[in-house]
Amino acid sequence: MHGLHGRALTYAAGLKMTRPELTVIVTMGDGGLGIGGAHILSACRRNLDITLLILNNFNFGMTGGQFSATTPSEVQVGSGFLNKLERPLDVCGVVSSAGAAYVMRCSSYAKDLAREIENAIGFEGFSIIDIWGICPGRYTKRNKMTPQIIENSLAKLPSITNPIPENIRKEYGRHYRELAAQQKPVPSPAKIETKFHAPDSGRKEVVILGSAGQRIITAGEILCLAGLTAGLNVTQKNEYDITVLRGACISEVVFSPEEIGYTGITTPDVVLALSQEGVDRRKHLFDDLDKNTLIIRAEEINLPPCNAEVQQPNFKAQKIKSNDRALAALSVLAKLDRVIYLDMLEFALAYRFQDKILASALDLVERVKGLGA
Amino acid sequence: MAFCLMEGNEAIAWGAVASECRFFAGYPITPATTIFNILLKLLPPLGGICIQGEDEIASIGYCLGASMAGRKVMTATSGAGISLYSEHISFAIGSEIPIVIVDVQRLGPSTGSATRGADGDIQFLRWGNSGGLPVIVLAPVDVKDCYFLTIQAFNLAEKFRCPVFIASNKEIAMTRENIDIHAIAKPEIIERSVPPPGKPFVPFETSSGQLTPYFLPIGGNVPVRQTSSTHGPDGYITTDSDKIAKIQERLKTKLLSTVTGFSFYESYPEQGADTLLLTYGVTARAARDVYNAQKKIWHGGIAFNSQNALARAPRSDQGKSRERQPCCGGGDEPGPVCQRDRTHPSG
Repeated sequence: MHGLHGRALTYAAGLKMTRPELTVIVTMGDGGLGIGGAHILSACRRNLDITLLILNNFNFGMTGGQFSATTPSEVQVGSGFLNKLERPLDVCGVVSSAGAAYVMRCSSYAKDLAREIENAIGFEGFSIIDIWGICPGRYTKRNKMTPQIIENSLAKLPSITNPIPENIRKEYGRHYRELAAQQKPVPSPAKIETKFHAPDSGRKEVVILGSAGQRIITAGEILCLAGLTAGLNVTQKNEYDITVLRGACISEVVFSPEEIGYTGITTPDVVLALSQEGVDRRKHLFDDLDKNTLIIRAEEINLPPCNAEVQQPNFKAQKIKSNDRALAALSVLAKLDRVIYLDMLEFALAYRFQDKILASALDLVERVKGLGA
Repeated sequence: MAFCLMEGNEAIAWGAVASECRFFAGYPITPATTIFNILLKLLPPLGGICIQGEDEIASIGYCLGASMAGRKVMTATSGAGISLYSEHISFAIGSEIPIVIVDVQRLGPSTGSATRGADGDIQFLRWGNSGGLPVIVLAPVDVKDCYFLTIQAFNLAEKFRCPVFIASNKEIAMTRENIDIHAIAKPEIIERSVPPPGKPFVPFETSSGQLTPYFLPIGGNVPVRQTSSTHGPDGYITTDSDKIAKIQERLKTKLLSTVTGFSFYESYPEQGADTLLLTYGVTARAARDVYNAQKKIWHGGIAFNSQNALARAPRSDQGKSRERQPCCGGGDEPGPVCQRDRTHPSG
């Protein structure tokens, strides 16, 4: 399989993972070594049973003898003075520090090259041979290079004993299959049967305005699950920033007996206003609200002027923490028989959570039931 | 009535499993990451493989290797990652390697907005290969489509030996909806066709009228050659212009001559309408609402679902030209339609 310059290791990994019984050998030059450097480092870390032969002739022969990652600084190549500015890569040093357990360098003229390759292939894990050779078309036009020079240069480098003790570990594919065999199969997605009637027969829109960390998305999901218990079509469109645990977090939930088209909300039936940055992010939403919209507002939230009905449950007095307020607000909604009933909410919670989390969620609902608005 | 609650990405993952996809590799990127998360749970217990690549180039490379070993493969990314895929997309087109590529689009250009939806990659998907050959792009409208079109995508990739794109969007991928996944009619699962016995295998040879060459995996008893260079039927690099032209022509024809077979659309034609609204992807949802709200005032038709359908379907259905033909995508207009508009008498 002959693919893109520098990417051969990636195809080899896909092949080897799929067909572990195959012997997989990759060849690349010093060009592929440079452009595919990330794949080489990754292959060293992974230790999949592949043998990489780097056919290293110290320049880009095909394109005019430009310098590669292994070109010595002092030679004359097709990149003018640029190779004088860079230091050649010590292939064996890099790959052994990246985790390769079998690393060898040798001359392409070595009498025992075949045995070296055989040994590398025989190693179970990622093995590399940096094979030094001559580029007669380009490199030797301006630089002296002979098998003897290669031999002498290699002799000056420290010898390597394989396998490298600190890098010996399980072969990736074998290890993958071991761990994969311990994974539990995932059951087919479960369905929620219609069990209840919703308080309202028509389309209902709820927008939850909060912050990251307030479990806004989970609350939207719980609300949707509650909608499913009444056989309704539901959608949940979310908005949040890429930052983790920072920024506004908004969930828009639509219930409808009809198929739902656009999933965004312009005139909500209910607004749960749970954080200031959530409210600020959607401040224009409030412009057109009338008394048909119910806002459930946490105490400290400033709302833009609007004509909606506002309920302000006393979350603080009940010591309901910020990250419980989304579920608490859903409980208030259910207590008011708006959009959902309490039994719909409790069923959704029991569907979504188990054990301690379920117990604490149901406890929260109970506390809200006793809350004065 | 009974429904599951599911986001589009999850439906794509289940669609892949239903298509017998058993290899996934990807690099995390919002809003595509949950496809990887879900397949990491689904595939290993089925004997499949799900791996995280060191980058996007590697991720699609792993898939191409596994595909050449005979597996059904998928990868998923967003705009920044699809850019990195492009060289391997060209490889998969030119060397006829089946793969499903999910692009969960987010607002671009460049890093853009990771958590905002958009449809700005459509032109990139269509024209992002070096060589300009046609590709198949399926654009889901909702969570049901994510499941259904993923199965279609695998069938098309296997049938035509090509990359098939699913042009999803954050607003479908990470929006949850009710879906009865078991009630969706599953198309018959198509496999790559293997050569009939008795003749020597020539990897890119096709008989007269045969659009896609037979497939044998690398690593079997019969040697298989694969190359990213221009090649003749034998899979060897060639500069023979006749051989190259023949294969390039076939790569084009195999999709252009069959596009009606994979144009998935709905249309609501009305007699005497003076406006035809064309749309695709997530925007079709809003367009359908507009149509339902306005149809007493307008008389119009609407078509949506896949990119291919836009190029093909509704105009010839209607019988007469429309005075207005707005084309709505979430930030981008599909190439074939735009091109046709320029030559349309009233376009």
